[in-house]
Amino acid sequence: MLTLDALEITQGDFRLGADMSFEAGQVTALIGPSGAGKSTLLSVVNGFFRQTSGRVLWQGKAIDDLQPDERPVATLFQDNNLFPHLTIAQNVGLALGPKLSFGSDPRVAEMLSAVGLTGMEGRKPARLSGGQQSRAALARVLLMDRPIVLLDEPFSALGPGLRTEMLDLVRSKLLTPDRCILLVTHDPDDARRSSDTVALIDDSEVAPPVPTEELFANPPERLKTYLGI
Amino acid sequence: MNLPRWPGAAVVAVLLLLTLGTLAAVLWRADSFSGLGRADWAAVRFTVIQAFVSALLSVGFAIPVARALSRRRFIGRGLLITLLGAPFILPVIVAVFGLLAVFGRNGLLNEALQWLGLSKVSIYGFSGVVLAHVFFNLPLAVRMILQGWLAIPAERFRLAASLGAPVGVLLERPMLRAVLPGAFLSIFLICLTSFAVALTLGGGPKATTVELAIYQAVRLDFALDRAALLAAVQFGLTIVAATVSFWIALPEGFGSGLDREITRWDGQKAWQKIVDFGFITLAVLFLILPLMMVILRGVAGLSDLPSSVWPAIGRSLAVALTSTALCLLASLVLALRGGRAVNVASALPLAASSLVVGTGLFVLVQPWMNPAKAALPVTIVMNALMALPFALRVIEPAVNKAEADYARLSDMLGLKGWARVRIVILPRIRRPFGFGAGLAAALSMGDLGVIALFATEKQQTLPLLMYQLLGSYRNDAAAGAALVLLGLSLALFWLFDRGGRVDADA
Repeated sequence: MLTLDALEITQGDFRLGADMSFEAGQVTALIGPSGAGKSTLLSVVNGFFRQTSGRVLWQGKAIDDLQPDERPVATLFQDNNLFPHLTIAQNVGLALGPKLSFGSDPRVAEMLSAVGLTGMEGRKPARLSGGQQSRAALARVLLMDRPIVLLDEPFSALGPGLRTEMLDLVRSKLLTPDRCILLVTHDPDDARRSSDTVALIDDSEVAPPVPTEELFANPPERLKTYLGI
Repeated sequence: MNLPRWPGAAVVAVLLLLTLGTLAAVLWRADSFSGLGRADWAAVRFTVIQAFVSALLSVGFAIPVARALSRRRFIGRGLLITLLGAPFILPVIVAVFGLLAVFGRNGLLNEALQWLGLSKVSIYGFSGVVLAHVFFNLPLAVRMILQGWLAIPAERFRLAASLGAPVGVLLERPMLRAVLPGAFLSIFLICLTSFAVALTLGGGPKATTVELAIYQAVRLDFALDRAALLAAVQFGLTIVAATVSFWIALPEGFGSGLDREITRWDGQKAWQKIVDFGFITLAVLFLILPLMMVILRGVAGLSDLPSSVWPAIGRSLAVALTSTALCLLASLVLALRGGRAVNVASALPLAASSLVVGTGLFVLVQPWMNPAKAALPVTIVMNALMALPFALRVIEPAVNKAEADYARLSDMLGLKGWARVRIVILPRIRRPFGFGAGLAAALSMGDLGVIALFATEKQQTLPLLMYQLLGSYRNDAAAGAALVLLGLSLALFWLFDRGGRVDADA
């Protein structure tokens, strides 16, 4: 269980508070208008932004003072998820440690085949389509095997069809009973299709996650405003 | 990045030692101060005046050329703009040889004048120094001003055309007002520290720069006190100019993207086109003719080359490659560290007099080493130092961009320290790194500075050999050496620059 304990995030005039837990074995969608602080919240969890007060805990243990690479967290960023000068195998192999030779580890080929990229090991990202690049980045997250996975709108540059395909792949390959997945999106359809629970971010506050079906069947005022219904 | 901080600190310390420490060493070694004589003050005056006139002429002539290049399209335009970057890596002594072949006593110009029955002109002294400086800096000025023209959005020209508004007052004058002071000052600074041009074309009481006066004080009189005082004066001059430039944004001379064209609706009258192409032709002739002469005379002179050219080539290549390695290592370390201290330290070599740094180094190594033997090592360090500001200016933004793009991904993957540099940074900065290496190698290959102070026959580099051949009126052999030197400098630049581009993933 990932816990945000009385978290306060401030940056200039910007303020965001969060106090809740996210269950393992679930995909939670974070939705809200742009500028509400969805990505900033993820940055606090993966260690790129320091909160003003409060704690971040995983299974009851604080992870605040750990470096990004020491946290039990893997992130798919909005862009720049692959090094353009390295082959796909080398990119994925970096999940095992800071050495390019991990690119020839058999586990790399295994993960690449899991995401449907068999035979692409030696290619550089530029020679892959957008969807294939997303798959390669996903293969690295799989190989990193961290219990918390943060998806910061990583598929937003893909068309709707490909995006659905990638989100299905996330659920089928990445979602395990002991893993907690947070998905930032501004598209309610993505949330409806791929998440178990939804946390609404608005008015400087993160609302506790609510089961997705329940939320959309009975949308609160804030969600109605966001959706424009 | 979790890199240790000591390498950056060490490089900054070395830079301070080389620039300020050497000045102190020369001052310390000078036992009595007799003050500066009249000749020295004449040198100061000459230095400032020639730099002022050179900058003024370069910028003044560059304005119509840049305007013509910005609004005309013709075959070879891209090539010409690329060529405008070439003088920066051209060995000074080669360019001087080419200029002499065109404007010198038996050059093309005087032959033409004689044929017309007119009297000959001489380019030694003030006019020669200014001519050579304009040759080197006109292209730089054109590139800087062209950048300004191309930065005016095309929509503005369209708007001006639709309103029938005067483009000159509305768009061009404000742009020039913003760009010209910086361009002028950059060139003024470059001409202020010029040595090789003054050594070859100047001299005498009326045409001696401060740098040349320092050379003469050390080489002829071994008067270190005067050299040190002159060095302090030189330092002061450059510091004043550099401080002024702190408030004026200096435009970038070697950026890319200059081959863009803008569509203009004004300036389409026939006479305007004639004027534009006239300026372009003049500029091309001024830049190309001397180089053509180097090649033509050089080919004929190759057979006259003395056998001492081979060891000189070997030494020059060794010096160029070692100093390039040093320069790039230092630049990388400084770029990785970043920060204010780095910016200040890396600007110091621009203000330092290379001759004083060289003399100071000799003073410092003298107790342990025969000065003549130190000539090549000192030259290597000097060349690395002098190329550092340019290499850093290319490499630092690339390092910053690599970090801006990939720091989070690298941090998440635990890529830290040396692994981060090797796996992420170095491959990301390959192109600018290759370009920087090309600049450093070509600058070092063509350098005629400190080496002229102390080298004997055994430490002769190719530029020095060429200078001595010229001095002993062996013009054919000098022409051959000029061609070899030109070829090697361009080849080194091309190889390094190319090395950075091949198989680089943008």
